[in-house]
Amino acid sequence: MEHYLNLAIRSIFLENMALAFFLGMCSFLACSKKVETALGLGAAVVFVQVLTVPLNNLILTYLLKEGALAWLSPALAKADLTFLAFILFIGTIAAAVQVVEMTVEKFAPGLYTTLGVFLPLIAVNCVILAGSLFMQERDYGFKESVVYGIGSGLGWAIAIVAMAAVREKLAYSNPPAGLRGLGITFVVAGLMSVAFMMFSGIQL
Amino acid sequence: MNKHNREALLAPILANNPIGVQVLGICSALAITTRMDKAFVMTMGVLLVTMLANVAVSLVRNHTPGSIRIIVQLSIIASLVIVFDQVLKATLYELSLELSVFVGLIITNCIVMGRAEGYAMQNPPLASALDGIGNGLGYGLVLMLTAFIRELLGAGKVFGFVVLPLAKDGGWYVPNGMMLIAPSGLFIIAGLIWLLKTLKPELQDKD
Repeated sequence: MEHYLNLAIRSIFLENMALAFFLGMCSFLACSKKVETALGLGAAVVFVQVLTVPLNNLILTYLLKEGALAWLSPALAKADLTFLAFILFIGTIAAAVQVVEMTVEKFAPGLYTTLGVFLPLIAVNCVILAGSLFMQERDYGFKESVVYGIGSGLGWAIAIVAMAAVREKLAYSNPPAGLRGLGITFVVAGLMSVAFMMFSGIQL
Repeated sequence: MNKHNREALLAPILANNPIGVQVLGICSALAITTRMDKAFVMTMGVLLVTMLANVAVSLVRNHTPGSIRIIVQLSIIASLVIVFDQVLKATLYELSLELSVFVGLIITNCIVMGRAEGYAMQNPPLASALDGIGNGLGYGLVLMLTAFIRELLGAGKVFGFVVLPLAKDGGWYVPNGMMLIAPSGLFIIAGLIWLLKTLKPELQDKD
């Protein structure tokens, strides 16, 4: 149990997807003008992440890893298909996003209008693919991948909501003309990232 | 080379820079710019994948139904990235370990996807190839500049060669540890954007 708790804390704070690895920066910068949209996008990312990381873990364990196809026929016991991981992962993600989109549209039309164009865009959000790739690189088991999916998604959601809160106040500031907009947002993200580095060293 | 093609090649390098102006492909620009060799390999990867993906998408653009175009583009890009990843593992194994997930993340690099969707779907293969090269170069320019500043100030080296001898090795330069940790990339790119937008005031955001 302690192992899983540790993994969760680490993926939320220490290895925060947005502020430690700078993943999903495009939507992190583009959709953080208002807390409300940031919340919606954050929730959608957590949802898709929880779905795709364990799913990709299963694909990896039972289809791609060396010897994983042994259950199909003994002749395939030596097959190693890990090089196909990229294309299968992105396929799973695109399909999962499609399913999530249709589900949300059917059962929560209000949320669907709020999220609007962001929902399909999650398919090409680097956070989602990176979650699966980190899972592969670090050799997580199935339970670990569930925890990691929740943690990494949640960490990113916290970061984008915090960013949106800062930017709502930032609208009243008066930076130099060249820094206005994108430039000052980068500086804020940098300062937040420095703040998040204070978490390093925490271990349960 | 006619005007349209020249525009496709040259505009993205400065005036319409993918990182500084279009805000695309920032993730990797921040994470792998601690050393110039990493930044160089990443630039090559993005340049080649963008160019080839643009050509491929442009070739099938008249046969792709609108409703499945995203998945077609994604599979083209993912296949190209797999090839690049395998070649990298075969030739520069050490470097591929250090780049870890970021090679795979070229698939979701918004520059590749953005150019395929925004340019190659409407333009012939040659112009698309040039547009891919131009965007790769524009991306590379920001990447190499950032990596140059970070490696020089953070480790006293350029491309792994010692330029400023470090104090701990008997030289005089005390490195700035800040440059090697992640947030410095954000500050440097903010500085570059500031510079670009001061030189070209028409790019500034209007409130």
